[in-house]
Amino acid sequence: MGKKGLSKVDLIFEKVDPKEVLTKAFKMTSDGIIKEMLDSGLKGRGGAGFPTGLKWKYTAAEKEPVKYIVCNADEGEPGTFKDREILDKVSYKVYGGMAIAGKAIGARNGIVYLRGEYRFLLPQLMKELESFHKMISEIGYDFKINYCLGSGAYICGEESALFESVEGFRGEPRNKPPYPTTSGVFGKPTSINNVETLVTTMMIIKHGAAKFTELGTKDSRGSKVFSVSGDTPTPGIFELELGMTVQEFVNEFGDGDTKAVQVGGASGFCVPRKKFQNTIIGFEGVPTGGSMKLFNSSRSMYNVLHNYLDFFVEESCGQCTPCRVGCQQLLKGVEKVKKGEVKSTYLNELIKLADTMKIASKCGLGQSVGNAFRTIVENFREEIIY
Amino acid sequence: MYQVGNLVKELSDKHGRARESLMPILQGIVEKHNYLTDEAMVEVARELDISAAEVYGTASFYTFLDTSVRGKYVIRVCKTITCSMKGKAEIIQTLEDMLKIKVGETTSDKMFSIVETNCIGWCHKAPAILINEIPYTELTPEKVVEVIKGYMQKKIITGTHGEKRAK
Ligand SMILES: Cc1cc2nc3c(=O)[nH]c(=O)nc-3n(C[C@H](O)[C@H](O)[C@H](O)COP(=O)(O)O)c2cc1C
Ligand code: SF4
Ligand code: FES
Repeated sequence: MGKKGLSKVDLIFEKVDPKEVLTKAFKMTSDGIIKEMLDSGLKGRGGAGFPTGLKWKYTAAEKEPVKYIVCNADEGEPGTFKDREILDKVSYKVYGGMAIAGKAIGARNGIVYLRGEYRFLLPQLMKELESFHKMISEIGYDFKINYCLGSGAYICGEESALFESVEGFRGEPRNKPPYPTTSGVFGKPTSINNVETLVTTMMIIKHGAAKFTELGTKDSRGSKVFSVSGDTPTPGIFELELGMTVQEFVNEFGDGDTKAVQVGGASGFCVPRKKFQNTIIGFEGVPTGGSMKLFNSSRSMYNVLHNYLDFFVEESCGQCTPCRVGCQQLLKGVEKVKKGEVKSTYLNELIKLADTMKIASKCGLGQSVGNAFRTIVENFREEIIY
Repeated sequence: MYQVGNLVKELSDKHGRARESLMPILQGIVEKHNYLTDEAMVEVARELDISAAEVYGTASFYTFLDTSVRGKYVIRVCKTITCSMKGKAEIIQTLEDMLKIKVGETTSDKMFSIVETNCIGWCHKAPAILINEIPYTELTPEKVVEVIKGYMQKKIITGTHGEKRAK
């Protein structure tokens, strides 16, 4: 690497003096911090891409005296591992982002929800948290963070399921509205942000919104940490400027034989070779929480799809029928097509089912199963059938 | 079967007896005893003054809060796409041959269980497994044999991230 190629950025992992940035932030008004976030154009890095400044603005506007800032460190999307690296390397910047968010929305309490699979990190993270608490009390600011640990459930990354889990219940998503900004964890106004989003907010305070908007495109400002895996000579974690095409990405990370890239994990989109050139990675094209999986021509896209559907059958919380039954039917359906038990046109029925799930499912899990399903089936129909 | 009364009390003193204390308490029991017995769940229900059905209902939602017998070392093999592409099947085969059990089972000396799990966040170093909380990555059948032998011989086998096993 290091070829002309993609522009590397070092914002997330860059060492900063947290005391300096936080002292600056705590001198700003709540409105001032929120304006900086709005000006930066930052959108959430957890997948959904909601503007962070707006989320903070809505939560700040709530009158309730007790509010929470929650850091979503559940990172369960297949192919995503950047939040683990961020917590491992720069947890103080995650805590810093939470304190800044706290100042902006008026919250004194933060909760980090860490997936159970990352429990090995906890002793180190707690130690770093202790130093952090000490540091902010030296600045004279009152803010406290606690950890909650998950126990192996992908759905707990969905914000309202995460709240249920924190409160000690089954991780079943709630109806929306009310949105978390009005009624989140413990029924209090809550801003829930992804690990990387929080680190980015700290860097926006440090460098200023104007500097941040120099990077990326109109719809996808800034840079982003990507988790690269699959058929690539250089798997790993890379921070890149937003706005590249899938082709540019493949030029850098492909093995010369890339036939498809799955952008955004099992709930994301499959981009086939013929669309590499015209597909932008970002909110104007295919969005991603960071998961980038490359597949070369030796891979069966049937196996890929089957693996994803298996994942959703297991991870659906089962609370609503379209998703619970839909996931099972999609899996059974592609198996039947493969075995030749039904005509290949049955795939069209299955795509209709996936579309129905998008409309009728209660949460983002059921709503996004169709993304991978449709894009894999449409682009690799022969591989699914034969 | 294990005695759990004192542990539940200890954990409740530490984490509190509110509903939100339930998860940390159950996690604490599993950390110590590998899985949740019916007795343990009834004890927790009594301590938190909620119904045992509530405790079971919550525990059964979470795959890491096992309610069936598990060994001292639970080996979770990632079966999601990248690990699957990079040799997960050979890893499972090696484990099954070595421990003489199948996926989902526990050795008769209650030392090891093999289970499959979804993406554990080490896809760039696939195939990957967790033994209790410790990740081992970029595995080959030879490496797996070495790690499991180490556990059998009570040697210290450092994981990918530098952690040493806790028990
Ligand atoms: C099934 C499902 C799983 C999710 N998992 C995660 C996750 O692991 N991490 C995350 O940050 N967001 C996850 N999200 C998105 C969250 O619901 C939420 O939008 C996000 O944490 C907001 O943070 P952001 O605005 O900073 O991106 C998930 C959503 C769904 C529907
Ligand atoms: S869409 Fe799926 S995961 Fe979401 S609430 Fe319904 S059953 Fe649960
Ligand atoms: S696919 Fe196995 S760790 Fe992600």
